[in-house]
Amino acid sequence: MGRVKHFITIIILVALSTVGLRFLFEYIFALPIAASAEAGPIDTLFNFHYWMIAFLFSLIMVLMIYSIFVFRRADGDETDGPHIHGNKKLEIGWTIVPTIVVLGVGIFGAITLNEITRPKEGEMVVDVIGKQWIWSFKYPEQNDIASGELVLPINRTIVLKMNAEDVIHSFWVPEFRVKQDLVPGRETTLRITPTMAGNFRLRCAEICGLNHTLMEADVRVVSAEEFQAWVDEKSAAPAFADMTPEQRGAYWAGAEGFGCINCHSQDGTPSVGPTWKGLYGHEVQLGDGSTVPADDQYILTAIHDPNAQVVTGFNPNIMPQNYLDQFTTREQEIGTAEAFDLDIAADIIAFIKTLQ
Amino acid sequence: MFRTLRIFFTSSLVKGIVGQYVAWALGYGFIAMLRSFRGQPTPWLFEPAIAFGALVSVLGFLLAAGVLTDWLKWIVGKRTPLAHGVPAGKPEWSRYFNVDYNHKVIGIQYGVTSLLVLLVGGLFAIIFRIELAHPGMQWLTNDQFNTLFSAHGIVMIASILLGVGAMVNYLVPLMIGASDMAFPRLNAFSFWVTIPSVTLILTGMAVGGWDTGWVGYSTLSLRAPLGIVLFLLGFWVNGFSSIASSLNMLVTATTMRAKGMTLFRMPIVVWGAAAASIIQLTATQTVGVALTLTVAERVLGLNFFDPSGGGNPILYQHLFWFYSHPVVYVFVLPGLAVISELLPVFVRKPLFGYRWVALSSLGIGLVGFLVWAHHMFTSGMADALRMPFMFSTMMVAVPTGVKFFSWVATMWEGKIPRNPPTPLLFVFGAISIFLIGGVTGPILGTIPTDLHLHDSYWIVGHFHATMFGGYIFPFFAALYYWYPKISGRMYKESLGKLHFWLMLPAFWVMSIGQMSVGLLGMRRRVADYDPALGITTTQLLVTLSALVIGWSVLIMIYNFISSARSQTAADINPWRSRSPEWQIPSPVPEFNYSVPFEVVGEPYDYGLADSIYTRDLVPAPSGD
Repeated sequence: MGRVKHFITIIILVALSTVGLRFLFEYIFALPIAASAEAGPIDTLFNFHYWMIAFLFSLIMVLMIYSIFVFRRADGDETDGPHIHGNKKLEIGWTIVPTIVVLGVGIFGAITLNEITRPKEGEMVVDVIGKQWIWSFKYPEQNDIASGELVLPINRTIVLKMNAEDVIHSFWVPEFRVKQDLVPGRETTLRITPTMAGNFRLRCAEICGLNHTLMEADVRVVSAEEFQAWVDEKSAAPAFADMTPEQRGAYWAGAEGFGCINCHSQDGTPSVGPTWKGLYGHEVQLGDGSTVPADDQYILTAIHDPNAQVVTGFNPNIMPQNYLDQFTTREQEIGTAEAFDLDIAADIIAFIKTLQ
Repeated sequence: MFRTLRIFFTSSLVKGIVGQYVAWALGYGFIAMLRSFRGQPTPWLFEPAIAFGALVSVLGFLLAAGVLTDWLKWIVGKRTPLAHGVPAGKPEWSRYFNVDYNHKVIGIQYGVTSLLVLLVGGLFAIIFRIELAHPGMQWLTNDQFNTLFSAHGIVMIASILLGVGAMVNYLVPLMIGASDMAFPRLNAFSFWVTIPSVTLILTGMAVGGWDTGWVGYSTLSLRAPLGIVLFLLGFWVNGFSSIASSLNMLVTATTMRAKGMTLFRMPIVVWGAAAASIIQLTATQTVGVALTLTVAERVLGLNFFDPSGGGNPILYQHLFWFYSHPVVYVFVLPGLAVISELLPVFVRKPLFGYRWVALSSLGIGLVGFLVWAHHMFTSGMADALRMPFMFSTMMVAVPTGVKFFSWVATMWEGKIPRNPPTPLLFVFGAISIFLIGGVTGPILGTIPTDLHLHDSYWIVGHFHATMFGGYIFPFFAALYYWYPKISGRMYKESLGKLHFWLMLPAFWVMSIGQMSVGLLGMRRRVADYDPALGITTTQLLVTLSALVIGWSVLIMIYNFISSARSQTAADINPWRSRSPEWQIPSPVPEFNYSVPFEVVGEPYDYGLADSIYTRDLVPAPSGD
């Protein structure tokens, strides 16, 4: 067979394989549903890459497998192949052409990146706070309401201003396609424009310690009217002064407060920290073998200095040691806003008492 | 039997490990003593004492094993001869458990240790892959899972570095016609220092583990359990091996080549090893700094990375990736060079574009230094910084492409065996898998698509493909190919083929499966996943594939052990290679070449009648 025939066969095989693979990718490399405006240009770039992957993979594999079968040595043939050292034109070609192609792909990527990161009209800011292992959200343009789920109005560009309190976390909702780390000590920004109403899941994508797997939050995309209704409902929440200490304690323990329940279960299931169910008033076995009664003083110590009395079977150095400072800050904020004196630690103790 | 045990228990290996833990206890006790002077009690597993003890323990290992003996004697002015051959009155096998200065012994020490460490790291992977086979937590806690995947990463990297050391040490002196490496004692040091490094890391798993992955990002590393200190120090100690061995390799290849072996007549393996060594020699220090600063911040309370004290956690990532990106080329360049070395032998054609292939290794090494921040595309860098790294990253495709094109051009119109022997099968497998790794790279290089794929299982699939295609498959090809040279026996071809035909399809399924679940939302480094992602079946397939890969590697090890006992000697040059190491007896004599050779032709001139690569250097007639 002459070289021309070889090359025609190769071209046909590469073309068939490229199209076939690209078709196969629809199944094996399927993407989640696209639920943001940013997903549009990103998926276009994905599509381009998939074609390139299909073509390059086909090109090399067809050449290799074709050679393996067509240039097989006859049985007993001990002779060598043709003495071809190289071909300068080919070598320059397969250096220059890929260089131009990858630079072109880089430009494609740069244009797409600019499209998804540039400021848009009518943006709305939401603050995202990540800490081990809980997400919380604040809406500075909506009376500063706080939430443990991310509720977003549809078709409006959201600027997420993100901060991490302890270690690096990463914001990823696969349906939105974009991802951004939260870095302690600096604010990072991510723009998303939800285009599909529905429920999604936010999951931390950067290893953040023991319960990284469980660091999740609900994301709900709703119409502008529903969003306003949600904001109104949240804003109309009773003033802290009107709540009982137990109600306030439950609030502090939740995601909108300090996220205690993320590590301390309310139903007796073991977690990162000891459960709160049946805690108050009972003896607690400590790691050093001694026991202490779980009274107000014990719980205060556990909040203030978590490493002082570590319950047997649990590890020290997991719970942050600055909760009392965080409480004080919050108490002062609310004290200024509502002219009401709070004792968050006492509220939490009151809440724990109810969990018998 | 008693004698065997006695020789084993007085070997450098056993003495070193005992010495390590004794020194550890002494170091721990020293800190405890200092504290007692100030009236402070020292609790059990007190971190600063553990860390100080760990540092002392490495010295304890090296002293007890005898790695430093010659140098210490030199310092006090005693001269020591370089010991050669089997020590008097001891069996041949004892060399491999003791400090020995022969590059082939050290090469085998590297290789066997690499395979053992590979099995340990592989076992870790199998354990947590079984956990991931099904949603929900089956048999691990989050804590154990985190430690296992973190240890899997660093243990595999240690194994790969050892395997690269095996190939470089065994092959480079043989291929360039030298009798040994330039610095035999430094060579032994480079190997032996990896043992306490690995024991530190494994001990770290036993004293609480750690949960940061092998990257050890700050500030998580500052809050992680105690085991992280031993991981960081173990990683740090391993750097000494990289720096010393790469220096040794570069000096050897520069100064000890046979007469007539110009740069462009070097075997391609030497090119790959040289490019890898340049990276190791110049990049390892930065990760050393990152690890040192982390340990200092944890143990001494200095502040570098924690923003609450004015530090910067992103600084760690820059220091870390400035080494840890180029180091992947340390893993793959020798492997790619093995592909380039073996292909011409089996297809009986010259390596197509030898100079371009050789220089593309340097090109990959050079570009590899300019792309580290693509690991940080989501870390919060300004776009003005992300963009240049996107373009430099895309440029890696160019020299990598040169290699692929050269390989297929080498095969084109070659005389490819009708029934390819195992090493050639592994070369084909390596090309196909490195191709998967290669073509799935640019999509990570362009930032918009990376924003979805970053920290997802796509990355896991992508880099396992580059590691298996660029290192594991070529390394196994090299083991099968040079096995008759090393042992003087032939491995069992049927078992070799079985190994290949189990491992190749299993790897394809595993790697593509990992990428597939990543696209659908599977995050890296999670112990569990939501069945609603629709990835449960694929996860099970990935786990099954991992099990098949594990078993197939055991088949290879069984093959090598059982074949070593075979009575029939292998042919001297079973692959009809032109390379000089195949022209001398197997196993290779103590000093390699009884007569030095000179290079009189091109290394891969297959198909050119009457051409030779090397010929014995006949001493010039004496007298005048």
